[in-house]
Amino acid sequence: MTATIEPEVGKSRRRKEDERLITGRTRWTDNLSLPGMLHMAVLRSPFAHAKIVSIDTSAAKGASGVVAVYTAKDLDPEGAIGLPCAWPITPDMKAPRRPVLAADTVNFAGEGVAVVVARTSAEAHDALEEIDVEYDELPVILDMEAAIADGAPLVHEDLGTNTSAVWKFDSAEAGTGGNVEEAISSAEVVLKRRFRQQRLVPAFMEPRACVVDPTSTQITMWAATQVPHILRVMSALTLGIPEHKLRVIAPDVGGGFGGKIGVLPEEMMSLLVAQKLGKPVKWNETRSETMLAAHHGRDQIQDITITSTRDGQVTGLKVELLANLGAYNGLVGPGVPILGAFMFNAIYKFPAYHFACTNVYTTTTLTDAYRGAGRPEATFAIERIMDELAVELGMDPMELREKNWIKHEEFPFTTVCGLTYDSGNYEAATEKAKQLFDYDGLRAEQAERRKSGDKVQLGIGISTFTEMCGLAPSRVLGSLDYGAGGWEYASIRMLPTGKVEVTTGASAHGQGHETAWSQIVADQLGVAFEDVEILHGDTQSSHKGLDTYGSRSLVVGGIAVIKAAEKVVAKAKPIAAHLLECAEDDLEFAGGKFTVKGTDTSTTMGDVALATFFAHNLPDGVEPSLDSDATFDPENFSFPHGTHLCAAEVDTETGRIKLRSYVCVDDVGVAVNPLIVEGQVHGGLAQGIAQALFEGTEHDETGTLTTGTFADYLLPSAADLPSFTTDRTETPSTTNPLGAKGVGEAGTIASTPAVVNAVIDAVRQFGVNDIEMPLTPMRVWHAMRHGTTDAGGPGRDEAGGGLGSIDATGGAQ
Amino acid sequence: MRITVTVDGTKYTDEVEPRTLLVHHLREKLGKVGTVVGCDTSNCGACTVHLDGHSVKSCSVLAVQADGCEVTTIEGLARDGQLHPVQKAFNDNHALQCGFCTPGMIMQSIDLLADNPDPDEQAVREGLEGNLCRCTGYQNIVRAVRDAAQHMSPGAGPEAERIAETKHAGVGGD
Ligand code: FES
Ligand code: FES
Repeated sequence: MTATIEPEVGKSRRRKEDERLITGRTRWTDNLSLPGMLHMAVLRSPFAHAKIVSIDTSAAKGASGVVAVYTAKDLDPEGAIGLPCAWPITPDMKAPRRPVLAADTVNFAGEGVAVVVARTSAEAHDALEEIDVEYDELPVILDMEAAIADGAPLVHEDLGTNTSAVWKFDSAEAGTGGNVEEAISSAEVVLKRRFRQQRLVPAFMEPRACVVDPTSTQITMWAATQVPHILRVMSALTLGIPEHKLRVIAPDVGGGFGGKIGVLPEEMMSLLVAQKLGKPVKWNETRSETMLAAHHGRDQIQDITITSTRDGQVTGLKVELLANLGAYNGLVGPGVPILGAFMFNAIYKFPAYHFACTNVYTTTTLTDAYRGAGRPEATFAIERIMDELAVELGMDPMELREKNWIKHEEFPFTTVCGLTYDSGNYEAATEKAKQLFDYDGLRAEQAERRKSGDKVQLGIGISTFTEMCGLAPSRVLGSLDYGAGGWEYASIRMLPTGKVEVTTGASAHGQGHETAWSQIVADQLGVAFEDVEILHGDTQSSHKGLDTYGSRSLVVGGIAVIKAAEKVVAKAKPIAAHLLECAEDDLEFAGGKFTVKGTDTSTTMGDVALATFFAHNLPDGVEPSLDSDATFDPENFSFPHGTHLCAAEVDTETGRIKLRSYVCVDDVGVAVNPLIVEGQVHGGLAQGIAQALFEGTEHDETGTLTTGTFADYLLPSAADLPSFTTDRTETPSTTNPLGAKGVGEAGTIASTPAVVNAVIDAVRQFGVNDIEMPLTPMRVWHAMRHGTTDAGGPGRDEAGGGLGSIDATGGAQ
Repeated sequence: MRITVTVDGTKYTDEVEPRTLLVHHLREKLGKVGTVVGCDTSNCGACTVHLDGHSVKSCSVLAVQADGCEVTTIEGLARDGQLHPVQKAFNDNHALQCGFCTPGMIMQSIDLLADNPDPDEQAVREGLEGNLCRCTGYQNIVRAVRDAAQHMSPGAGPEAERIAETKHAGVGGD
C-alpha cells in the first residue's frame, strides 16, 4: 500500500506563523503586562566622551510615580559587572570592561548613566529629565585612522592604545597558498583600492525590550532577542544567577538581522533592578534610543591590492582592514571582520592571499553583527575590485570573473583560505541570470546611450558571490577563538494522539521556522504538516540551543530536527514490529507507515505512539517513549552562491539613480520552502541595496549621531525600491542530508556591489572609478563633475575619452 | 479627560491624560496590543489604525482627538471568523516575515484600496510610502495588495466600517 505522499520539502507552503501576525494576536515583549509591573527607563549620555563629575538623582527620586533611581554606584557598587564578549580574537586582545551603567566616564553618546523605575513608562521617562549629571568633556575620537595615529587621545586611558587587536591570515604561512608580496613584486598588473563600508543601523522594526519577573522561585525574562539560550547562560555568568533559576523567553520577535544578538546592558540592568525591587520590571526602548544604543554594523576601511597577469589571471590578493568596534566589544563584534577574512577570495581561485585586520576603538556606539556580518564587506570589496581590474585590463567584467572562478567540475574545492567548498555551479546560475536580465541587449543599449550622449546613462553591475553559511563547525569556531560551539539542538515529542511537538534551539525572529521545520518533520515522520507544532524561543521548552544568526537555522538547526526524527523512527520500529508480530528487518518505514515488506499489513506512526502511551503491550525492555533529541554539529559550512545583475539608470544632470532592473539567481541548495526563500532574498536585496544607495549613519564633530531617527536615517520605503526578478538554481549541498545551504544573508551580501558596480559603470565615462556609499544623488553628481580622487586606480585620465559631449550638455553646474 | 471611543465595535469610556497618544490608549488601557509602536517620529507606520474609516498613524493622534470616533484596529478586521481579504492576501503572498510592520501595512493597504480599488504597482508603492518594513523588501506586500484588490467584495474595506459607525451612532450615540 504505497500511496505516494507528496513530499512537504520543496512545497511553497503558506506560513503557519502568519495567522497570529495578520490578526494582531501576537506576543511582542512590549505586549506583556504583569501584576505590579514597573517600568524602567535609561538616562543616556548626550556626550560621546566625557568624565562623569557628579550625578544628582534626588529630584528624580521625588518625581511622580518613581519607585527607584539607580546609578552605577547602586547597581554595581564594586564595579565588577562587565558585559560579555564571546569572541576574543587574539590572546592579547585589549578589551575594556563594558559596564552595565557608566560609572566614571561615558564613551559614546547613548551610553547609559542612570535608570529610573516608575509605575508607568511615561513617568519613568519624565523623571529622566530630573536627573542632573555634570560632565567634563573629553576629546571625541570618531575617525579610525586618527584613532590609531601616534599621540591620539584614547578612548580607554587604561588600555594605552585604541587598537584592540590585529588579526592576520597569510596563505603562505597557513600553507594554503602562495606569498602575496611575491605576487605583488612579480605581477604584470597591480591594482590598489580603498573602499569604505559605511556604518549602518540594523533597524529591525520592533525596538528592543525585556520584561523580568523575579516574583517566583525562578526568574523569568522575556526579551526581544535572537539569542535566548546565549542570553540565559551569559546572564548567569555575568550576574551570578544560578542558570537553572533563570528562564529566558523570546516570544514573537520583530526582526533582528544580527541587531538582536547582543547581551544588553539594559537586559542586565532589568535583571538587577527587578531582583532588587522584587517586582516585575519592563524595559522598552524608543526608536531614538535604538538608533543610538543598539549596536551598529559594518564600518570598515578596506585597502585592497589585487594582482594579475595582463590577460586577466588573478595572482594574488592583499587585504588590509580597519574595523571600527565603537567604544566597546560587542558580544561577537571583534570577530565580525574575521568572518569576512575567509570570503575575500569569493568564488575565485586565488593562488596567494594575505589578510590583516586592525580592530579600533572610537567613541561611538559599538558595532557587532549585522546581516551577513563580515561577508557583505568582503564581497563588496572583491566584486568592486574585479570590476576595476576588468577596466584596467580592458576586459568585460563578466569575462574576468569567468576566467577566475572555480569551475563546476572542480568541486569540492579548497580555497586559498583553507575552506572546502562542497558544491557549486557558478556557470549555471550566471547563465540563467544573464538570460533573465538580457545581458547582451542591455550592454548594446548602454553603448547606444553612451554614443548618443543621452542625458540618462545606463550602467550594468555584476556581483557573483558565495558565502559561508551554517555557522558553524564547533572545531572551526574553536580554532578562531570563538567562545562557544556551533552545534544546534532539537527534540521531538510524539504525543499519544499522533501529533508531534518539536523543539528547536534555533529561535526565530521572522524567518518562518515554524513552517519550514513542520515541513521537514512531516516528511521525516510521515505526519501531516498541520499535526506538527514547533516550540522555540523558550529555554524551558527548547532547553538547549545556540540560537539564530549567520544563516545557521536550517542548515544546522534543521538538520538537528532530522537527526531527532531519525531517532524517533528508530525507537518506533521495534515497537511497530512487536505490534505487527514480525521481525524488525521485515519492516519498512515510508509516509508515516511501518509496513511489513511485500504485504498490506501496516501500522502508522500515530498508532505506535498511542500504543507506546498505553504501554500495555511493548516488547520486553523497551522504554515507553518515542521522544528523542539530537544535537547536530556540522562538519563543514555550506556555501550558497549566486549571480546578481543590476541595471541602473543615472541622470547625468541630477545624479539621480533609478534601478531599472535587478535580476538574481541564487543557489541555496535544496529549498525547503521556495516561497520563504524568495521572501528572504527580497528582504536581503532591500537591505543590501539600501547600503548602496540610502543608508549610513552620520555624526557631527561632537560625536552626536545626526541620523538618529527614521526621519534622518533613510530606511527605504516601498516607493524607493524596484521589483526584483529572482530565480534559483539548485546544486545540493553535500555536507548535510537536506542538501540545503542557507539563504538569510545572500541578498544582502550580493546586492550592494551589484548596485554600486552598475552606477560606476554608468558614470565611469566621466572619469569616475569610485563613489563612497551611500550613493546619494549629490555624491554621484559630484563624482561626475570632479571624477574620482582615488589614488592608485585607473584615474580619470585613462577613462572618460569621447564623452565630452555629455559634459558639455550637462549644465547642472 | 473623559473620552468615549468605539474600538473594533465595542464602546469604551475612559479617563485619559490629555497627552496620551491614541496608540498608548489602545495598547495600555484597552489591551489592544495588536497595534504596535515602531518609532517615535511618526515615520514607520507600524501603529496605523483606521479612525472613522481612514488610516491614521495612531502615534500621531491624541487619544482625546478620538473622542466620539470609531477606531478599527488589526484585531477588529476579521469579521465573523473570516479574515479580511487583505489579511488573507498577505498570507497567500508571503507578504510578511517578522510581522511587526504587518498590522500597520494591512490597515494602510485597506485604506489605499478604498481610494483606488485597482492600483498598479507604482500606486501601491506610493500608497505605502509611510509604512516601513525591514524584512520583506516590499515586493510581496505590493503583490498582496494587488491580489487583494481582485478579491475585495463591497463592504470589505473602510466603507463597511463607516457604515458600522453610523449604525453605532444611531443605537448608542453619546
Ligand atoms: S509608531 Fe507610529 S509611525 Fe512609527
Ligand atoms: S515583516 Fe518584519 S518589518 Fe515587515
